[in-house]
Amino acid sequence: MARKIVFLFILLIAQCSIALAQQKLIVGPKEKYTTIEKALAASKNGDEIIVKKGIYTSLNITINKSITLTGQGQPVLDGKGKDEVLTILVNGVTVNGFIIKNTNIGSSKDYAGIRVFKANNVKIINNTLQNTFFGIYLSDADDILVKNNKLTGTGHPTQSGNGIHLWQCNRIKIENNTIRRHRDGIYFEFAKQSLIQNNLSEQNNRYGLHFMFSDDDKYIDNTFRNNGSGVAVMYTKRITMLKNVFEKNTGSSSYGLLLKDISDSRIEHNKFSLNTTGIYFEGCSRINVTNNDFLQNGWAIRLLANCESDHFENNNFKGNTFDLSTNGTHFQNKFINNYWDKYEGYDMDRNKIGDVPYRPVSLYSQVLEKMPYAVMLMRSLMVNLLDKAEKAIPSITPEIIKDEQPRIQSIAR
Amino acid sequence: MLKVTKYVLHDIVRNKILIAYTVFLFVLSCCMFYLDENPDKAVSSLLTIINIIVPLVSMIFTTSYFYNSYEFIELLVAQPLKRTNILLGEYIGIAGSLTVALIIGLGIPICMYALNPLALTLFYTGILLSLIFTSLAFLCSVATRDKAKGMGLSLLIWFFFSVIYDGLILGILYSFSDYPLEKTVLVLTAFNPIDLGRIIVMLQMDVSALMGYTGALYKTILGTNWGLFISVAILLVWFIVPLLICVKIFKKKNL
Repeated sequence: MARKIVFLFILLIAQCSIALAQQKLIVGPKEKYTTIEKALAASKNGDEIIVKKGIYTSLNITINKSITLTGQGQPVLDGKGKDEVLTILVNGVTVNGFIIKNTNIGSSKDYAGIRVFKANNVKIINNTLQNTFFGIYLSDADDILVKNNKLTGTGHPTQSGNGIHLWQCNRIKIENNTIRRHRDGIYFEFAKQSLIQNNLSEQNNRYGLHFMFSDDDKYIDNTFRNNGSGVAVMYTKRITMLKNVFEKNTGSSSYGLLLKDISDSRIEHNKFSLNTTGIYFEGCSRINVTNNDFLQNGWAIRLLANCESDHFENNNFKGNTFDLSTNGTHFQNKFINNYWDKYEGYDMDRNKIGDVPYRPVSLYSQVLEKMPYAVMLMRSLMVNLLDKAEKAIPSITPEIIKDEQPRIQSIAR
Repeated sequence: MLKVTKYVLHDIVRNKILIAYTVFLFVLSCCMFYLDENPDKAVSSLLTIINIIVPLVSMIFTTSYFYNSYEFIELLVAQPLKRTNILLGEYIGIAGSLTVALIIGLGIPICMYALNPLALTLFYTGILLSLIFTSLAFLCSVATRDKAKGMGLSLLIWFFFSVIYDGLILGILYSFSDYPLEKTVLVLTAFNPIDLGRIIVMLQMDVSALMGYTGALYKTILGTNWGLFISVAILLVWFIVPLLICVKIFKKKNL
């Protein structure tokens, strides 16, 4: 027993000594260390470097010790347009509370505000990135937290990079960030099992969110607004998109959400409003689209004929110019129990489900697929007559596309 | 001239058809706004109806009224009055009362339920359509002496502009779909006042859809203030030119 107590005592002392060894190095114009580089050189693994308020020139400071880098009063790290600003190469680094500015801009190299390369357990918190080519660039990194950052890119049509860029990463958390004026707001390639929550991505030149080959990711409560081409996601399995808002993505090749070769995924409780196309499906299978709101889009859904086993249930379709368009007669997807504001049926048995099926594809939307110029005739008497005739006796529109149980009242949310 | 207008107005109020038209428009618009939870949806339904009803009623009412008061016009011509003044007086009376009907029947419900730019655009195009089709109806009635012929002609004009014209455009698009037709369609639709009125409203209503495909082109051409100015100018031409021709014919006409 006594031996055990002694052992525990020794252990306690050992821990205290480690804690004592964990130094705090203070950087500031009037402190011991005047530059971050000097403090870094003097530091050991586990130290904390505290940077006081001021402007520091930072020509690619490389962090190769497991330290915590904390900014007090938002110190500025200025890259002066020469190189990257911060590069993290080891595990367990935290960067907290900096303003990071002015990276170089290049066509052959992706200069980034903060780059994490082959490092795990890194935290990037409370930073503001301004005028950066790429914002936060993670490659070959696992278990990273990117939280509460504000990223503003160059906004230049050709010379801008991605806000948060991930390449070959696992288990990343991206929360509460605001990304503006980059090329793609959030870009993933081979980023798996990650969580993207509460971010705002707007005014980006290309996509608000863009990912490929990034399986098992969750996207929750994000807003993608006013991006050049909306959101595009491709070649991915098992994604979950909940409670996101896709709005005001308008333009000739602009989509609220473009899905290409996506399978086994869930798209639920999202809101799509004022987009040229709400969701565009190409080669998608086994996707559950439920409880979403489609409001005032040009086309709420464009579902190409190469999609199968997609399920649309409990969605609201209100004020869209067209509810659905497709490019063929082959159709293997299911619509059920949605609310369509263009539904003209009746409900004799008062079970709040319309007694006749609703056919969301109108003749005119099929005509527009072939002859886009005919958009000028939209809402004319001629087109209305044709649509009515087609509804009575379907000949051109695929008869198989229908909602057998359309709702009479919209679903309150 | 205004004295003629006064007689015309007095007569129109007495014959009650216009009052029925006003009440119909009022009840219709109120129902639309009341039944639809989304006022924009109501405007889209109203657009369809206004684009059919307003030209049709303007045409038929004006033509029949003109022929019915033919004897009164003959009497006026016998007086020391300028023919131009007689005709314009008649025109102001009829077009004015149709406009007032629209203001009461459509304007008041809009003020009550949905006072927004979209609904107001619909209202203004409705008024312009009333003026245009009244002047076209005057042209029909002055051009022919026979009442049946005049009515037939005005109905034909209405039918042509609201259905046949769009059908022809659709046919042209289908047969020449291999060619780039964006601009052609734009020019063709500008020649039809009903289409033009519809497009002015549509540019505000279906912005999202019009930003896609070739719609973006139309949006950039017509959606700007300049485009709006041109479309309104074309509508005004549609209203003034038939009226001028009509005055010219009426001056020389052997009644």
